[in-house]
Amino acid sequence: MKSFVLSILFIGLMTLEGDVEVVKWPTLEQYIHQKNDKIKVINFWATWCKPCMEELPHFEKVHKHYKDQNVEVLLVSLDQASMKDKVKASLKKNDITAKVILLDEVDFNQWINQVDSTWSGSIPATLIVSKHNTSKQFYEKTFTHSQLEQLVHSLNP
Amino acid sequence: MILKKTIALLSLTFLVVSAVVLSSAYKVGDTITDFKLKNTDDKLVSLSDFKDSKGYIIVFTCNHCPYAKAYEDRIIDLQKKYGKTYPVIAINPNDPVKYPDDSFENMKKRAKEKNFPFVYLHDESQSVAQLFGATKTPHVYLVQKEGVKNVIRYIGAIDNNYQDAKAATEFYVADAIAALEAGKDISIKETKAIGCSIKWKE
Repeated sequence: MKSFVLSILFIGLMTLEGDVEVVKWPTLEQYIHQKNDKIKVINFWATWCKPCMEELPHFEKVHKHYKDQNVEVLLVSLDQASMKDKVKASLKKNDITAKVILLDEVDFNQWINQVDSTWSGSIPATLIVSKHNTSKQFYEKTFTHSQLEQLVHSLNP
Repeated sequence: MILKKTIALLSLTFLVVSAVVLSSAYKVGDTITDFKLKNTDDKLVSLSDFKDSKGYIIVFTCNHCPYAKAYEDRIIDLQKKYGKTYPVIAINPNDPVKYPDDSFENMKKRAKEKNFPFVYLHDESQSVAQLFGATKTPHVYLVQKEGVKNVIRYIGAIDNNYQDAKAATEFYVADAIAALEAGKDISIKETKAIGCSIKWKE
């Protein structure tokens, strides 16, 4: 009985972890501007983007390593909202436990510049917001694990 | 420890340097240099071959990217509508080693399957994409002839809805051409859109 209850609890947690909330730009914008004592590592990706899929494990590692040290990793999927199940399946396949949202906005020109004015629109792209939102760094590139680790480490000594 | 710090510093320098390289791209108002690239019919094509055109719709695109695919029919429509005055010059700059779908052979296949009415050029050395500072597919540069010069008038997306052409409410390229034809100022000269990053050779 005990193990039955435990397994139900476990499945419940798994679902929560693997869930993908579909949001509009204002929700993400609010999150980016939120002032708190956390470093926000926000990665823009999509399931069809090969280099994005290759670097997801690096973000997962950083998430696991720093989640108790005031670093928050948010993976923003730019897949179509109708592809939510595919997104979930690919997260499961890659053992991603970091928080994932799906940004359901097709009119890119309305929000890309608000993430960063230097972003031309290619993915992967990563926005790093410092504690209390005092500074932002934007990278339109792929990261190796050590590059990402060093960057986060330099912000969170 | 010192080594670690040096590596960190070097990586950060690398990041900064890459950002500088990206910003040396063509901007609206710049005059572009002509190029010569191989079309899917194996013939070399230059901008100067289009003697009677008023300009060009240069589109960096490819076979594999879902956004490029989503815009394929709209690129065909642009050629059907403006081909005589502003022909579409489609250029695939992707490294076929990283994306076999984007090889020259597969470009030929795709051009045949979709009966592309425009030239589909292979930027094998990636030098044209680098010169333009193209970063993704699809990425449009609307160019106008001004005497002997070719001047960029618009950079960005075709319209504002990649998922559904019928739901688009802004037609950036068509509106820009209409403004050029009317001798008016283009109201939206630059737009941003998500696209697949161009795969550079290592």
